[in-house]
Amino acid sequence: MSDSSYWFKPPPRPSQIPMRPAEPINPLVEISIDGEKVAIPTGSTILDACKKIGLDTPTICYQDTLTPVNVCRVCVVELEGSRILVPSCSRKVEPGMVIQTDSERVRHSRKMVLEFLESSVDLSTSPQILMQAKRYQTDPSRYGDPAPPAAQNERDHHHAGHHEIPTGAQALTVAQPPKVDNSLYVRDYAKCLLCYKCVEACGTDAQNTFAIAVAGRGFDGRISTEFNNPLTDSACVYCGNCIAVCPTGALSFKSEFDMRKAGSWDESAQTQTDTICSYCGVGCTLTLHVQENKIVKVTSPFDQEITEGNLCIKGRFGYTHVQNIDETNPLSTEEVSH
Amino acid sequence: MDIRVTGPEPTSAERVAVDAVLGPPESAWAGGKRNMDLEGRISLLGGGRARAFRDRLLPAFHAVKERFGWIPPGAFNYICKRLTVPPAEAYGVATFYHLFSMEHRPPTEVHVCEDIACRIKGSEGLHQNLVTIHGGSAEIGIRHSPCLGLCERAPAALILRAGEQPTGGAIGCATVENVQFALDSSAFPDQQKDWLSHSVPQLGQPQLRLLARVGNGSPDSIAAYQATGGFEGLTKALAIGPLLIINEVIASGLMGRGGAAFPTGKKWEAVAQAKGPTKYVVCNADESEPGTFKDRVLMEGDPLAVLEGMAIAGIAVGATKGYIYIRGEYPLAVNRMQNAIDAARAGGWLGNNIQGTDYAFDIEIRKGAGAYVCGEETALFNSIEGMRGEPRNKPPYPVHFGLFGKPTVINNVETLANIPWILRMGGVEYAGIGTGNSKGQKLFCVSGHVTTPGVFETPFGITLRQLITLAGGTPTSAPIKAILLGGAAGSFVGPDQLDVPLTFEGTRAIGASLGSGVVMVFDETTDLGDILVRIAAFFRDESCGQCVPCRVGVTRQEELVNRLRLGQPKGSVEQEVSLLGEIAQVMRDASICGLGHTASGAIQSALRIFGTSTMQRENAKARS
Ligand SMILES: Cc1cc2nc3c(=O)[nH]c(=O)nc-3n(C[C@H](O)[C@H](O)[C@H](O)COP(=O)(O)O)c2cc1C
Ligand code: SF4
Ligand code: SF4
Ligand code: SF4
Ligand code: FES
Ligand code: FES
Repeated sequence: MSDSSYWFKPPPRPSQIPMRPAEPINPLVEISIDGEKVAIPTGSTILDACKKIGLDTPTICYQDTLTPVNVCRVCVVELEGSRILVPSCSRKVEPGMVIQTDSERVRHSRKMVLEFLESSVDLSTSPQILMQAKRYQTDPSRYGDPAPPAAQNERDHHHAGHHEIPTGAQALTVAQPPKVDNSLYVRDYAKCLLCYKCVEACGTDAQNTFAIAVAGRGFDGRISTEFNNPLTDSACVYCGNCIAVCPTGALSFKSEFDMRKAGSWDESAQTQTDTICSYCGVGCTLTLHVQENKIVKVTSPFDQEITEGNLCIKGRFGYTHVQNIDETNPLSTEEVSH
Repeated sequence: MDIRVTGPEPTSAERVAVDAVLGPPESAWAGGKRNMDLEGRISLLGGGRARAFRDRLLPAFHAVKERFGWIPPGAFNYICKRLTVPPAEAYGVATFYHLFSMEHRPPTEVHVCEDIACRIKGSEGLHQNLVTIHGGSAEIGIRHSPCLGLCERAPAALILRAGEQPTGGAIGCATVENVQFALDSSAFPDQQKDWLSHSVPQLGQPQLRLLARVGNGSPDSIAAYQATGGFEGLTKALAIGPLLIINEVIASGLMGRGGAAFPTGKKWEAVAQAKGPTKYVVCNADESEPGTFKDRVLMEGDPLAVLEGMAIAGIAVGATKGYIYIRGEYPLAVNRMQNAIDAARAGGWLGNNIQGTDYAFDIEIRKGAGAYVCGEETALFNSIEGMRGEPRNKPPYPVHFGLFGKPTVINNVETLANIPWILRMGGVEYAGIGTGNSKGQKLFCVSGHVTTPGVFETPFGITLRQLITLAGGTPTSAPIKAILLGGAAGSFVGPDQLDVPLTFEGTRAIGASLGSGVVMVFDETTDLGDILVRIAAFFRDESCGQCVPCRVGVTRQEELVNRLRLGQPKGSVEQEVSLLGEIAQVMRDASICGLGHTASGAIQSALRIFGTSTMQRENAKARS
């Protein structure tokens, strides 16, 4: 039978392991940032240029492994000729741009964005955001004491376009009890600032599972499964790639969540050890976070160019076999006896 | 993409409702029976082909809502299967729109406008009375609604009745009695012949151009249309071709009437020059800016002119497909536009080989489902595409990356209605009408405390005072206290500004804007504080929630406005006003879209002009 009768023709075997094609050399674009000239390849963002000259630009919804959604607006800069500030994380450089990153307007917007978040979201596990808030001297108490938390699932029933008129005596927040519906990870949406990262990681940027999406509208917007179903009745495959990208700890390992609750979570007492997942031939890099000789969570380095920090359920949660706890079974929270 | 759907299967009625709009399912993949002869174990309809139907999502939700009054889970699941949309995403889309409910709702709903023009005409009392009568009913639900685009006949209500033969209609000057009558008889005032005459006080006057045909009784008759110059513009366009059409539009100096006042000719030129074989024309008929109703009047009264404008745009930029996105609260406009499209197709004015030429163009209607933000052009594209109506970051701009990622012309209804007229009379001559950079005639939506509210058409240059006089002045002896220009996204001006010319540059000079042509008049008896509370609530309801400055900003702004209203400031009033100013600035500077940029404008202008004392109820004079 001749070769051509096959519907699929395999490519010829490479004589050697193929090399990654060289990065195309993009022509440089020159822009000015805070009076300093920066030359940077076409296609870079203003944020890239800021990084290049060592500016500390706050970002929250940006991550280089995900498509920029530019929703948090904490990274805004002032662009000469533009009526409004522009998000540095997604705006591409154009020749001759003149940019201010520390003008009065920029400082004001960054401060207000951070203050808005502090006043409405529990940032107790977001030290980096709190550090930026300090840098910009926020004062969330200006909006009043936080309103009491919503009941479990209450926010999930808010209808778009209808809300109770507030008295303004207290500041509305997204506070609500955490959703604990499986033994692997917890969704504590009182800490969610709607950065869309988990949705992207669950969707086309990594996992293509589409178990979660943004639902509702405006301040009543929330991350949700269909019908606010528990994860166990959703498309979730427990890869935990959403946990990996969540900037606030709204999504966390059940192990971490429980230890924090018990007051035994102690990052300073943890070691991080890189190893290779042995479950399958992909060979993802695992970073084991170990406290008191026990694996407490598993991450994967984002700068791994193949996997970009993503894992599957086995690499992410399968560690429990080391400790002989049957936690891979979402229905079980019992420890198997040794 | 394989999708996982959990929960109930559709009932047969639900299946029928969905199939009625999507057609029967082709394959087992799409929730139908597996055809072993054709399909075997391999789906005929999977992957990319299945995903290409995403833009049918909203039409499918509408079909189910019109049948049941809400979106039952079985129907929802079936739609997800039919369109290969992951249920979590579809849920995110359905819960974005206030006309859709994922929770059980009565089949009939009365939406009572709670917005500005209706508030000052007692809509709150009407809502309360209707709730007293129908509260708890399993058949009839009473709901609040943002502006229904009927402000000239405030207070307004809209009835939407689901069922096998869904009906609905708008009720102007609503009372408990006429709402009840419509509920009992299913006869809606908007179907009466003289419905539009109340909206156009200038009816029949010779200087009218855009409104000339409104109210003549046969809006979808091609013969009547042609007898009054209809399709002359399109005929000329077919003869002169894209380049010369665009030249005429540029020469006319026409600026967009949707609010942003962008030169239409330049927009068309950019799309005509954009690369790629597929381009779109989109007509923005989402008209949800409180106080705006001109686009509804045009679509109800002269739908063929809107359609003709779209067809000319299509020929000019090389698009063969156009969409008109009409807000879901305009059942009559949808109906009239559909009849007009059908008639135009039958008459060879739409479709392939228009009037025997090589040009092709056709139009599809898409209905919104209750979301002001979907009037923002990129949010509108997302909405048509079956995504949440969240605005996109710009650049890229629609002329390069618009609907389905293709170069797109998006224009307001009124903008497009000007086009046939421009082609008929010639761009240069058109540019002779009006003043400065404001060319042509403009529709103004006058409402509030005037004797004859309605849509008025005048050449650019008329002053605010002249326009109010045209509308009969204030109905009582109470003097004017404030005028809202441009709607909730616009700003207030005081009676000292009555001589401002209502042009783009004239309003800009006093720090206001023409916006969509809203002129809402408030006399001394108005409780302005209540109006500001409502404006704050409007933006709190309508922010898409995507970006932090707007999502939290509108929420904090509303809390602050209510603190001032209740006379319970935190700290001093001055501190509160300065915080409100800080919130306004971050929304203006750092929000993604125009909603956030303008959400503080009206409130800021009112506090600037009238001071904080205007917030409190006792400072409003009793109605004489
Ligand atoms: C929140 C928001 C709502 C809008 N609503 C409408 C609308 O209902 N109708 C409209 O024509 N333009 C609306 N616009 C303006 C559109 O984005 C766009 O500028 C317009 O459709 C362009 O058409 P034009 O050039 O003919 O004016 C809205 C803009 C924003 C920011
Ligand atoms: S859960 Fe975390 S990742 Fe997801 S939107 Fe909220 S803050 Fe972002
Ligand atoms: S994490 Fe999953 S995909 Fe990666 S090596 Fe382990 S088993 Fe394989
Ligand atoms: S400004 Fe408001 S409406 Fe516009 S994108 Fe941001 S949150 Fe959405
Ligand atoms: S980091 Fe740029 S907008 Fe969020
Ligand atoms: S219809 Fe009520 S305010 Fe417009």
